[in-house]
Amino acid sequence: MAKIPQKIIHNYLRHRKQFPHVWCPGCSNGIILGAIIRAIDELKYERDDVAMISGIGCSSRMPVYVDFNTLHTLHGRALAYATGVKMFKPEMKVIVITGDGDATAIGGNHFIHACRRNIDLTTIVVNNNIYGMTGGQYSPTTPTGDIATTSPYGNIDPVFDICKLALGAGATFVARTTAYHVIEAQSFIKQALEHKGFSIVEIMSACPVIYGRLNKKGDAPAMMREMKENALPLEKFDELAPEEKQGKYIRGIFKQEIFPEYTEKYAELVASLQRE
Amino acid sequence: MLEKKNKIEKHKEGTIIKTEDSPVKMEVEVDEIKTEGDYKKSPVYIYHDWCVNCGICVEFCPTKTLAKKPDGSPYVANPEKCIHCEMCDRLCPNFAITGAKR
Repeated sequence: MAKIPQKIIHNYLRHRKQFPHVWCPGCSNGIILGAIIRAIDELKYERDDVAMISGIGCSSRMPVYVDFNTLHTLHGRALAYATGVKMFKPEMKVIVITGDGDATAIGGNHFIHACRRNIDLTTIVVNNNIYGMTGGQYSPTTPTGDIATTSPYGNIDPVFDICKLALGAGATFVARTTAYHVIEAQSFIKQALEHKGFSIVEIMSACPVIYGRLNKKGDAPAMMREMKENALPLEKFDELAPEEKQGKYIRGIFKQEIFPEYTEKYAELVASLQRE
Repeated sequence: MLEKKNKIEKHKEGTIIKTEDSPVKMEVEVDEIKTEGDYKKSPVYIYHDWCVNCGICVEFCPTKTLAKKPDGSPYVANPEKCIHCEMCDRLCPNFAITGAKR
């Protein structure tokens, strides 16, 4: 009797957790978790050398299911905890999973200062355009005019561009992709993990049950199809006429450069003072 | 030492043996697949206990190997059309599909 081959993902899941997981049917969080696990598997990291840290939110449930060192922390404070882990164990690969509200609203201050400090963390921002877990309040990334439970007549706030924010704050690896472009997401996560310095990968995800239902975007496949059409590489985006750019966004690597890393600078400072 | 209990479930597709400490690590035996060459007949395995019928695999299968049953659950409709791209495997949010490699 032949056996069906096991998926790589199954080897990294926590065995005592209940499956299927808590995410709604069609939610992209599972796809993104799969991409992260495949990237880690490709890089052949030891399970004990990886720390996965998250705040509160739908996407922040990810570390609950995987068998790495994990921390499920306060809302928005994942980066602060991760900084502590990285400072204590600089050789550890620290991955931070946050949502759009977690990273840019509640943890906005932690986010910009982690970028500025250039500490070697890999941050994956899962952007589903809404606060899904708490019932659909609008977040800083809800597009202007879209409906949320706290903006029933349309959101009047302008949108936060997470990649531009990270570029402005001084992150040294900035990339954006979508949950539909899962192979690209895997390769970006891999590059971000290998990058020395603060790296951020923004992954656009579909929330068909709350955001999709409130804004009549259709079911999960329809939202994924929309991502496929709207996320364009930089070259293709530049070719479009200004009126065609409405609703479309760029995917790809925006920045990748080497800059002195925080834990190394700190170790140097300690060593230099001990010599005196 | 605790004795590990095995839980055996019989499904239409075959038998799943779950060990007590790892319900995830399952050994799936499918009656139709007997040799390696038979993967061509059923290139995609769907684990229905974890499937939530979201429809993503059916939508993004490039060759329409997968199709929907009337209740929304996916099944392998045209196994000979599969090109082993593993798109369903990668895009399944519930880790419920294993695409066999060529």
